[in-house]
Amino acid sequence: MKTSPTRSARQGDKQTPARYILILYVVGQSPKSVNAIANIKKICEENLQGRYELEVIDLYQQPHRAQDEQIIAVPTLIRKIPLPLRRIIGDLSDTERVLVGMDIRSKA
Amino acid sequence: MTKPTPRSKSIPASRPKSGQKSRTPSEPGRTLLPKAATGIRGLDEITEGGLPKGRPTLVCGGAGCGKTLLAMEFLVRGATEFNEPGVFMAFEETAEDLTKNVASLGFDLKDLIARKKIVLDFVYIERSEIEQSGEYDLEGLFIRLGAAIDAIGAKRVVLDTIESLFVDLPNPLILRAELRRLFRWLKDKGVTAIITGERGDGTLTRQGLEEYVSDCVIVLDHRVDEQTSSRRLRVVKYRGSIHGTNEYPFLIDEDGFSVLPVTSTGLDHTTSSERISSGIERLDAMLGGKGYYRGSSILISGTAGTGKSSLVAHFTEAACRRGDRVLYFSFEESPDQIMRNMRSIGIDLQPWLKKDLLQFHATRPSETGLEMHLINTQKAVNAFKPQAVIMDPLSAFSFGNNEVEVKSMLIRLIDFLKTNRIIGVFTNLTEGGGVLEKTDLYISSLIDTWLLLRNFDSGSERNRGISILKSRGMAHSNQTREFLLTDHGVELRDVNIGPDGMLTGSARLAKEAENRAALLRRNQKDEARRTGLERKRSALEAKIALLRAEFALQEADLQTIIGQEEAEKAQWAQGSVDMGLSRKADAKSSKRKGGSK
Repeated sequence: MKTSPTRSARQGDKQTPARYILILYVVGQSPKSVNAIANIKKICEENLQGRYELEVIDLYQQPHRAQDEQIIAVPTLIRKIPLPLRRIIGDLSDTERVLVGMDIRSKA
Repeated sequence: MTKPTPRSKSIPASRPKSGQKSRTPSEPGRTLLPKAATGIRGLDEITEGGLPKGRPTLVCGGAGCGKTLLAMEFLVRGATEFNEPGVFMAFEETAEDLTKNVASLGFDLKDLIARKKIVLDFVYIERSEIEQSGEYDLEGLFIRLGAAIDAIGAKRVVLDTIESLFVDLPNPLILRAELRRLFRWLKDKGVTAIITGERGDGTLTRQGLEEYVSDCVIVLDHRVDEQTSSRRLRVVKYRGSIHGTNEYPFLIDEDGFSVLPVTSTGLDHTTSSERISSGIERLDAMLGGKGYYRGSSILISGTAGTGKSSLVAHFTEAACRRGDRVLYFSFEESPDQIMRNMRSIGIDLQPWLKKDLLQFHATRPSETGLEMHLINTQKAVNAFKPQAVIMDPLSAFSFGNNEVEVKSMLIRLIDFLKTNRIIGVFTNLTEGGGVLEKTDLYISSLIDTWLLLRNFDSGSERNRGISILKSRGMAHSNQTREFLLTDHGVELRDVNIGPDGMLTGSARLAKEAENRAALLRRNQKDEARRTGLERKRSALEAKIALLRAEFALQEADLQTIIGQEEAEKAQWAQGSVDMGLSRKADAKSSKRKGGSK
């Protein structure tokens, strides 16, 4: 379920971090999971086009990841990079909170 | 106005139903609510077999009351004793901490985890990292739990303390709904679960989990009275099962959790009619001639310095001499001190100590708390297997206002001893000035034989007296005896009861001397009377002899006279015949005519 990473190399823009690595934990095709996937994709495309990696993990397929990553709530979005680690739970329908929570600043 | 009628109808209709329900478990042959034994000492007795199998149980209480430990022991016992692997999901302590903490109780978690008997999963949520955007659920938790359960085929699950999720995660509404779903899911999985919860303000748990986990609710409590802590356990609710409803003390020691049910021993102990000596012959005589019953409880109460310990020492000595094992709990004196003191009255306990027939345990009960003390006592008894247990004195238990606790502990203690047919000899220090026929500990009803020692203050000296206040199941003396502590032990003496009341000590000796003198005087008088009587008798007998002699004399005279009369009569008759012959009297001769002619 790995989405093909789209990268852009705008090294010159120091204001915004260069790359984002995001992991989204979902369960199967539950409505919240489906929504979350759609929402994060949209947010990424709109704000981080070309400079993010998004990995979607289905816990039904890889249940051990829940323990490894301390996942309790689903869906959980984890921002691995840049540090520090950030987590957002929920179907990511509140775009503003996702942007604040993940500290994503769109290109000015 | 129509409402009351259907209501009043529905009540009698529902009553027989509930009556039937409550009767069902006691009926033999019917299947009871399936239960999962916890393996925790005492808890299975209270719950009549354990926790509801395949259902969640809520264990709640304040911080540090032992929730985690109870849950962990439930899992460990399940894994080791009942072959039911378990999953421990910790929300507060890390797996390492948990392993370390329970290792001190003798649980080797690492080994159990390695053998796939237990899975430890630590749920860690950093609140500061978490934001919420939109709706979420706890599917992650379900997946983790499900994976863990499936990995080892778990039958038992512990969630400790799931309520901390409310702190870690936003949106309590979602959490509530999810927890409700979780408990249902656990039921569907058929695992026996313990869910722990912190006690809230006015509720059993902070988040009101008791609303969701309604099959069985156990409340733990840890309180401190008079600097001594005691732990309590109570089964608040157990749906579909009878259970003990009291607060039961429990403790946590190096062997884990133990709950102490008062009623588990009950009153069904068998009694012995064998009698054993009290160690003092005259006391045995007072006790129906044979001494105490084996397996009974003896209380020796008295004010300070009345010789309680000495009586106990006599009993100890006699028991050891019989070959009985004696466990001596001393709460105020060290064993050395006891032995030195007892040597002064001629009792040497040292040989019995060497022969391992006697064992001392000298502790202060206030140090450990009553529950701990009781457990220690039981442990010592189980290890030494004595026939007699001595507690000297019971009054050491009471400090502050812990009467109720002390009583409940002593009930359990005495029950325990009786079930094991161990004779318990207890001393109790009563306070001077109070009513003697009362113990501060209110245990008199538990006691079979109660000896009362008293000091009599008279004639500028104090003397000791002993009496039997009660002794169940035997004829016993109703009299008070004076008892002396001599260098060869306790001696009982009759007290002197005269018109001046009871006399003891030198007053008794004086009275006895007086009595002896009086007796002597009386004896002398008797002697005098006796000789007087003797004399009288001989005088009388002499008189009788004289009279007899006189009578014999008279008799002889009379006989002579009678003889003379007879002779004279005969002579007179002969004379008249001769006269007739000579006168030839016809009248008479015609008869004889033919004859004479």
